[in-house]
Amino acid sequence: MNFSVGLSTYLLVGAMLFCLGLYGLFAKKNVVAILMSIELMLNAVNLNFVAFNRFLATDRLIGNVAALFVIVLAAAEVAVGLALVIAIYRSRQTTNVDEFNWLKW
Amino acid sequence: MSTIVFFIFAILAVAAAWGVVTSKNIVHSALFLALTFVGVAALYVMLNAEFIAAVQILVYTGAVSIMVVFAVMLTLRGDVGESSPENKKWGWGLFVAGLVFVMITAVILTNADWRILEGPWTIQNSTAALSNLLLTNYMIPFEAAAILLTVALVGAVILAKGVRENK
Repeated sequence: MNFSVGLSTYLLVGAMLFCLGLYGLFAKKNVVAILMSIELMLNAVNLNFVAFNRFLATDRLIGNVAALFVIVLAAAEVAVGLALVIAIYRSRQTTNVDEFNWLKW
Repeated sequence: MSTIVFFIFAILAVAAAWGVVTSKNIVHSALFLALTFVGVAALYVMLNAEFIAAVQILVYTGAVSIMVVFAVMLTLRGDVGESSPENKKWGWGLFVAGLVFVMITAVILTNADWRILEGPWTIQNSTAALSNLLLTNYMIPFEAAAILLTVALVGAVILAKGVRENK
């Protein structure tokens, strides 16, 4: 058997992580679980950036820079998202997204 | 040898991601999430991106996972074993996610340009080269990211703590 790891193998791993995150985004009721699914999808995208950088641009680090900025944005996003979750929980005593059906209270 | 290491960490990452989205206990989901981040960091090391791997461990496994655990602990009510249920339309979610996966897989497997193996890596010290890039070509985005992080931190504190009116 002659099988070695190439670019498409890394892309397939990224696709699996992305689609698991997409499923969690659609299927979960708890808003913290939805934020976790978003983190999974961002990780899949980062893996694609770094893999493309390694295989298709071997003399530049442009994909690594993009991955670094995605990590920064993900950190900011999760901080604000979790603060919002805690603020909503304090007034409504729930984390179930099915009950987040109002704009004002 | 590197093929075996790749498959160990790829399977670890994907299996832990499966655990994140299928576990009914949200604390288990958070711990599986940390495991996924570690698996992806190992894949970064195999892709000659040591700095990104270190940042991944520090920021994701160290900070984001812990912050998620904090949020879980602060918002937990009732039975922890049923804290992260599926909603009624989860079948549709599975259908759409499966469809997207089939589409992406078809694109990856039919694109001949991507059926390549690792070539030689020409950058000797990728961390030094990355810092050089960030402080020259990507200086403005770098500063903007710093401002974004500061604003997000202040916003998160205000949202979570609330603003006290002075008089």
